[in-house]
Amino acid sequence: MRVGVFICHCGSNIAGTIDVAKVAEETKKLPGVVYSTTYMYTCSEPGQEEIQKAIKTENLDRVVVAACSPRMHELTFRRTVAKAGLNRYFFEQANIREHISWIGTDKELNTNKAIEAVRMAVEKVKLNKPLFSSSFKINKRVLVIGGGVAGMQAALDCADGGLEVLLVEKSPSVGGMMSRLDKTFPTIDCSICILGPKMVDVAQHEKIKLYAYSEIDEIKGYVGNYQVKIRKKATYVDWNKCTGCGACMEKCPSKNSYDHFNFGIAPTRAINIPFPQAIPKKAKIDPEYCRQFTKGKCGVCAKICPTKAIDYEMQDEIVTEDVGAIIVATGYSLIDMEKLPEYGGGRYPDVISGIQYERLLNASGPTSGHIVRPSDNAEPKTVVFVACAGSRDKSIGIPYCSNFCCMYIAKQAILTKDHIPDSQSYVFYMDIRSPGKGYDEFTRRAQEEYGVKYIRGRVSRIYPKGNKMVVRGADTLLGTQVEVEADLVVLGTAVISNADAGHMAEKLHISYDTFGFYVEGHPKLRPVETNTSGVFLAGACQGPKDIPASVGQGSAAASKVQALFSKDMLESDPAVAKVNINACVGCLKCVGTCPFQAIKEKELRDGRIVADVIETVCAGCGVCTSTCPCGAIQLQHFTDNQILAEVNAICLK
Amino acid sequence: MPEIASQELRVVGFLCNWCSYGGADTAGVSRFKQPTDLRIIRVPCSGRVDPLFVVKALLNGADGVLVSGCHPRDCHYSDGNFYARRRLEMLKKLLPFLGIEEKRFHYTWVSASEGARWQQTVTDFTKRIHELGPLHAKKEVTP
Repeated sequence: MRVGVFICHCGSNIAGTIDVAKVAEETKKLPGVVYSTTYMYTCSEPGQEEIQKAIKTENLDRVVVAACSPRMHELTFRRTVAKAGLNRYFFEQANIREHISWIGTDKELNTNKAIEAVRMAVEKVKLNKPLFSSSFKINKRVLVIGGGVAGMQAALDCADGGLEVLLVEKSPSVGGMMSRLDKTFPTIDCSICILGPKMVDVAQHEKIKLYAYSEIDEIKGYVGNYQVKIRKKATYVDWNKCTGCGACMEKCPSKNSYDHFNFGIAPTRAINIPFPQAIPKKAKIDPEYCRQFTKGKCGVCAKICPTKAIDYEMQDEIVTEDVGAIIVATGYSLIDMEKLPEYGGGRYPDVISGIQYERLLNASGPTSGHIVRPSDNAEPKTVVFVACAGSRDKSIGIPYCSNFCCMYIAKQAILTKDHIPDSQSYVFYMDIRSPGKGYDEFTRRAQEEYGVKYIRGRVSRIYPKGNKMVVRGADTLLGTQVEVEADLVVLGTAVISNADAGHMAEKLHISYDTFGFYVEGHPKLRPVETNTSGVFLAGACQGPKDIPASVGQGSAAASKVQALFSKDMLESDPAVAKVNINACVGCLKCVGTCPFQAIKEKELRDGRIVADVIETVCAGCGVCTSTCPCGAIQLQHFTDNQILAEVNAICLK
Repeated sequence: MPEIASQELRVVGFLCNWCSYGGADTAGVSRFKQPTDLRIIRVPCSGRVDPLFVVKALLNGADGVLVSGCHPRDCHYSDGNFYARRRLEMLKKLLPFLGIEEKRFHYTWVSASEGARWQQTVTDFTKRIHELGPLHAKKEVTP
């Protein structure tokens, strides 16, 4: 056994708080180690060449690199040793940066800890076995979850590249949040005018299969071979027959249904088409408001429908689809105004959220684009915008910035002036965050050209006085209290993750942070990948972001899928479970515990029953290994002996 | 001896690759300072942790053992951490029969984004082990 050890300085990242020379020197004393050295940046090209050279000159058969986290560079170094002719599993990485040099300040303790980390890696690598990948076929279909602008972009880019796409959208129409917006900043371009054509493309693209009003029930499988159960929710309208004429909606007697599309700013009918540009433009019934469902009789829509599309007996339908990759673009939600009681949203009709105001501004909205107060339908002359309504507020558990509120508030203030020339807008803000291209110029334009008054400070309370709303807050620049009597108050409500974001992540086996936003592979370098291979992210499900960023991520995720699908076969990870048939007693406990149904029973020629691992299905968790009472099934690369070698390296004296 | 006498005790951590090892990396990247006693062994999943590993570590010289995985329902392998929870909960009950205080063993869940939580976990557990003191009386062996 000839082990070579390479200790990385990582500039001063490691060498600053670890005596790397001493680590190299102590490492040389370990049995099996024949070569030990330090290098400034081991991951650099010359650093990797150094390893390859040493493998040749020193005739090394195992390599240990003590550097950063293996989550960072394990693949890099595996490739390095493979190029020098070693099996890539004859490599171990000791994490002396994230787990040692960056968290401890005492150089002596750190150095000692690093020596032990190397010793653990050396003891493990000595027991490593050469492992070889097998290859498996992949299904070149992609599932996109979420039909907002990010998901549509991803779907279109995949489809244009020739891939078959399934687009699953939980609401009755694609378009997402962007389809609700009136204009977009900083160009004040009409939102639906630029989004509409994309929505039509999605509906008409021959490679895209759209599942609207559908949700993901279950996801099984692994990269290249997922089985997805899609629940097509009952719409009570046969969409094959519905022409979207809207006659049912006109005649529906139940006029007080909550309008999800308009965020409840005005009611809709129990049978409704969400908005004129909806794709698909089909009606659906909300049973909680429909008289046929709540009272058992009505049937007006069934009578009026010219194509007899209404079906009150409709049930959810489950469809199973096979795909090879998944793009998650599930978007975001907005905090409920009632969580911010000091602002009175939800209690006072004239305190509304930014997205509701967007619907009032919109020509296809409930007021046909006329700005009116919800309380008395009067035209407001003084409008107050409150930025950071919930955002950057640790007390309610939202310490982060919601990214785009500063910008849309500036836009809404500008549009207010356009709609009502004799109006005056005020914006209460903490900081103006406008770092995008043309963004800062835009917020300045709101102030300089449109006379929007920006007040730096937080609002403490909003309360009614006559038919006005008094907005009381601090002006931190003048150091005074201010009160503005407003006709209408618009809250820039905080962006939050979807209520079911956690459940979705669990179905996908991806991670999510404390706030429910999905965790990317690397915050800088793998922004659209997840740590689950074959699952990619796009848009605001990963964190609040505006339209261009979401579109960019949609395209990026699509290109990642294209790259993945550019091969016909994928290489499997050979670190999978393996059965020693001589030790297996055929109790088949492992079959029951395997989370992936990757173990089957097999009958040997002598009739004996043993466990058998399906290599391409095994994901390498090792649950079976800890289950097996006789140690017959071993997870390769993490065998009992390998882990115990590490334990003993640090415990045995 | 490996640990620097009187300053450090021997604490072994088994961390799942996807959540807790990532969380420990996040803590490192964020430069969240921690006690240096802990030695980390990376396993693919907390479900890979055989209770035997914990026992071996404690019998062979460790003063405390920490196991950390993904939060329940957030396991990279669906339900490996549920198996871990069952086994390790049982192990807790068994340790006193080996003459080892239950408090020397702890299992918890830390996700890859929870660097601060990891720092807290390590700090608290190390403090606990220091309060308990060494598990193995240090015998001076004369040749």
